[in-house]
Amino acid sequence: MSGPFTANEMMTIVAARALKNSDVCFVGIGAPSAACNLARLTHAPDITLIYESGTIGTRPTVLPLSIGDGELCETALTTVSVPEMFRYWLQGGRITVGFLSGAQVDRYGNLNTTVVGPYEKPKVRLPGGGGAPEIASSCGETFITIAMSPRTFVERLGFVTSFGHGNGRGDREALGLKTKGPTRIMTDLCVLEPEPDTKEFVVVSLHPGVTEEEACAACSWPLRFSPRVAETPPPTPEELRVLRELQARTKKAHSSEE
Amino acid sequence: MTEFCSLEEAIARNVRDGDMVAMEGFTHLIPYAAGHEVIRQQRRHLTLVRMTPDLIYDQLIGMGAVDRLVFSWGGNPGVGSLHRLRDAVENGWPQPLALEEHSHAAMANAYEAGAANLPFAVFRGYKGVDLPKVNPKIRTVECPFTGEKLAAVPAIRPDVTIIHAQRADRAGNVLLDGIVGVQKQAVLAAKRAVVTVEEQVDDLAAPGLNAVILPAWTISAIAVVPGGAHPSYAQGYYRRANGFYIAWDDISRDRAKFQDWMRDNVLSKGPEAFRSHGRRGVA
Repeated sequence: MSGPFTANEMMTIVAARALKNSDVCFVGIGAPSAACNLARLTHAPDITLIYESGTIGTRPTVLPLSIGDGELCETALTTVSVPEMFRYWLQGGRITVGFLSGAQVDRYGNLNTTVVGPYEKPKVRLPGGGGAPEIASSCGETFITIAMSPRTFVERLGFVTSFGHGNGRGDREALGLKTKGPTRIMTDLCVLEPEPDTKEFVVVSLHPGVTEEEACAACSWPLRFSPRVAETPPPTPEELRVLRELQARTKKAHSSEE
Repeated sequence: MTEFCSLEEAIARNVRDGDMVAMEGFTHLIPYAAGHEVIRQQRRHLTLVRMTPDLIYDQLIGMGAVDRLVFSWGGNPGVGSLHRLRDAVENGWPQPLALEEHSHAAMANAYEAGAANLPFAVFRGYKGVDLPKVNPKIRTVECPFTGEKLAAVPAIRPDVTIIHAQRADRAGNVLLDGIVGVQKQAVLAAKRAVVTVEEQVDDLAAPGLNAVILPAWTISAIAVVPGGAHPSYAQGYYRRANGFYIAWDDISRDRAKFQDWMRDNVLSKGPEAFRSHGRRGVA
């Protein structure tokens, strides 16, 4: 990667660009939270951000460390109970886009955040699904943001925590799901979208300075490319400034919260 | 009807070995002081229920109080793993830990079913995922009207639910404000309920006419423990100690370091140690 920005900044910025001003977005913690708030602070000032702690229409000045920091509640339009959040708002079909991350993703956008190794005797016990299984099925569509490496982009998931496109086209419909599922994966190297005929995620744009070989080396399955691969537009000075200011405010705030 | 008492008495009278205990609080209002009292009283063989185990269950698990955990997300939010939970699951230290794992939607629905005196919760969920393969309590029911297959999980009915809240009035009515999570449901689903509060007041000063208030007659015991949610927080009183959540990663990673921390900060202390965190008006 060349240019005066990091791969991680490029990932956050490209993820933020995917959101529209009119979206109602269910925000996962970590990378999705940074991307969603960057969108709100740049091109999507009216976006409705929802965190599973019950905060609706929240506008934090710093990124929350958890999904339930007080700032989320203080700046929200309203805060509802957690059962109400999952029943009326998520299951009720009010959310246009869910923003998820995970420890591992496969070529059909299925995610694992539960275990590496056998469930009963795991090699690594990960935190688990939390809100993700139903975010993945109930939101109009889902975006995934995850840094790309052979450990995260895996040939086969040991455990399916959140359902993407299963084993390919038609699997969501077969389960009775009427939502689109994952429509975009944004990484530190490229952007992937599901190929219409197969629902396999293929590279649609490479970030500035990233080669096809580099993207392939960071993926455990034989990565495929769309017939026309674009170059991701580099971060604008404004995007970089807003993101860096947000992260500096966040770092300062959290380090003082002993 | 509720009674005001010391935290020591509230736990001694209401939490028994082998109980199913829910300590709730979704990031906010987590009952840390009460959890520490359960550790000091050396309760054993507990089934702990909580959507997000957080550091308080990491501590209870690491101290050997827990046989079984019912949960939906077991991490240190924004930081990483709960190392004591992982050590118990991966290595059986200090004792094996049985897991009953759900999604958030399932647990939120299950608490609500418990509060509503229903045997199970029904919702749209778990489509295409692997949790039902490892948790036999996740089943499906058919809608009697449309035939749609829906997910079903048993209601959560704890022996005792423990929560922390902002304040109680003299009669023992309790107010919660801010991110209210599943606490109301968890209290109403339980046989007994223990509440710690920041303060006891003459007037609850409820914000608006639809505030979340638990009437005194839904609560077994109340203890006034200022700062009792630290390092979680109490909206209107003090902020989340995010620095401590980050520091816990290092403290909890090593067994001996964890035990030293628990000895110095829990076993040799009492609820009064939380008082310094309970400053009013900084949140």
